[in-house]
Amino acid sequence: MATPTRTGVRRAISSPLASFAVLLVTVVWTVPTLGLLVTSLRPQQDVANTGWWDFFAHPHLTLANYHDVLFNGGFGVQDGLMPYLVNSIAITVPATIFPIVIASMAAYVLAWIPFRGSDAIFFVIFALQVVPLQMALVPLLQLFSGGAHIGGVTIFPALGMGGTYAPVWIAHTMFALPLAVFLLHNFIAQLPRDLIEAARVDGASHFRVFRSIVLPLATPALASFAIFQFLWVWNDLLVGLTFTGGAPESAPMPSRLAQLSGSFGDHWEILTAGAFVSVVVPLIVFFSLQRYFVRGLLAGSVKG
Amino acid sequence: MWADTSVKFGNMFGAVAGFLGVLLLLFYLAGAARGRLSRRLAILLLLGPAILLLLVGIVIPAIRTIYLSLFNEDSTKFLGAGNYTWAFGNSDIHQVLLNTLLWIVVAPLLTTGLGLVLALLVDRLRGQAIYKSLIFMPMAISFVGASIIWKFVYAYRDPSQPQIGLLSQICLWLGWHHPPNWILSHPLNNFLLMIIMIWVQTGFAMVVLSAAIKAIPEDITEAAVLDGAQGWRLFRNVTIPMIRSTIIVVLTTVMITTLKLFDIIRTMTGGNFGTQVLANEMYNQAFTEFNNGRAGALAVLLFLAVVPLVAYNVAMLRKERGIR
Repeated sequence: MATPTRTGVRRAISSPLASFAVLLVTVVWTVPTLGLLVTSLRPQQDVANTGWWDFFAHPHLTLANYHDVLFNGGFGVQDGLMPYLVNSIAITVPATIFPIVIASMAAYVLAWIPFRGSDAIFFVIFALQVVPLQMALVPLLQLFSGGAHIGGVTIFPALGMGGTYAPVWIAHTMFALPLAVFLLHNFIAQLPRDLIEAARVDGASHFRVFRSIVLPLATPALASFAIFQFLWVWNDLLVGLTFTGGAPESAPMPSRLAQLSGSFGDHWEILTAGAFVSVVVPLIVFFSLQRYFVRGLLAGSVKG
Repeated sequence: MWADTSVKFGNMFGAVAGFLGVLLLLFYLAGAARGRLSRRLAILLLLGPAILLLLVGIVIPAIRTIYLSLFNEDSTKFLGAGNYTWAFGNSDIHQVLLNTLLWIVVAPLLTTGLGLVLALLVDRLRGQAIYKSLIFMPMAISFVGASIIWKFVYAYRDPSQPQIGLLSQICLWLGWHHPPNWILSHPLNNFLLMIIMIWVQTGFAMVVLSAAIKAIPEDITEAAVLDGAQGWRLFRNVTIPMIRSTIIVVLTTVMITTLKLFDIIRTMTGGNFGTQVLANEMYNQAFTEFNNGRAGALAVLLFLAVVPLVAYNVAMLRKERGIR
């Protein structure tokens, strides 16, 4: 409810000019995306010869660009963008599930099974959010491709995971943990004590308590983090590029699109269609789950 | 192609099912233990994987990056601070550091400023939910997607030809007959790239600041109004001080994102035309120059720049929560 004072504040800076300013910003914020969508739906000839705004005077629609970009290999790759789209999905789903499960397990221990040093461990995990991805990239890649050796003794073998999804899954899981443990701990620590203690008294093991009490009750927190992590991985360029090398066997969409925007700058009808395929997934998530989405994004805004 | 696709999805489902299956099996076996062993097993099995992954994935690599930064490109010769003196002495890297500095000052200030103005204005409009959604929408889009969207806006064609880039066309409509080739024009191109960051992050700033403004206790504004404060003075002397910590949190958050900026530069210019920044230069040193020493040194610089921002950000958040 707006009190008189609040209305006063608002009225003081309120004017048709203010409304116009917001409207203008909204238009400026929306038009570039509209341009992308419109261009991706126009025939190649039109895209090459006229600006996309010309579409409103001479509307010609086609889905040919999408067919080309996904299947015909308009990009000099035999299968077009389709393999990268498949990779994006195959990377994102496990890279969302793994860290959530592992982090909620850790959060349960740190919140409900106190032991000597558990507070210190929680603080260190929390503090690891400070470390930028860049600090870990080179050594982690060396570990994945060459194993680890100390003075000629192999302490970790080279796993031969090149060309598979495993390095990307594992890297995303590792980098997600500090934030995930922190957020889920905050939520799990506040679950009702009676409930968990009653189950323990009845003889349920910690594993059982975790699986049948903690996980179901923590669903809202898990969902918020899942949405955040899904979008983070889907939109990520750095990790995907580094740990797949950009190869069609395992690289996700953004790494391919970033390459193409350099080399295919003139084929806007294809580039826009490719970009829209990549962009439409987060947009669907955004418009259908807006509330969780905003909450998840705000919680994770410092990640990376 | 379809065979390839089904193999890939098979791998995906296999990995998830295998992961969950192994966990369930371990839980089942360990759940049978009784007494003190059960507690220890629970701590080991539930917390162990996270600690192991963090050690192998972040702690040890970060220490190793610091170590590598003291060596030459293939880590065979000790250089001491050599890579750091290179970073501060090389004129190319000067440009990189200067660009990064420009980015972390300009982009966060404009983002937060615009977000604050919108937060103040948008709540009074009819249909505010639609405006908020549309302004927040770019936050869902990847930096790569956003870069392609804006690269198209900045597309250059000779002025005698029909234009395809919106920005050039607007210039022509407004009577500027020779708009430049935007992306190639230094130092303008740095600011054009910053617009992408601002475009993505303003919605975030607006939503957070709007929530903070709504949370200002009624009696404080009431008392100020009774004392005769109105309009601009009320805004400056009451609203701004009340949301000061939130403004700083938004500012530092955008700053941290900006400091790690990689995707926009990589997609738009690849770091050419005088637009290179720290994180992209670090990637180039590591994966195109294969100089792990220099890459390490740049990563450490990035880390050192991020630490105080995150520390301040967290302290601010704590304080703010403490007050409420």
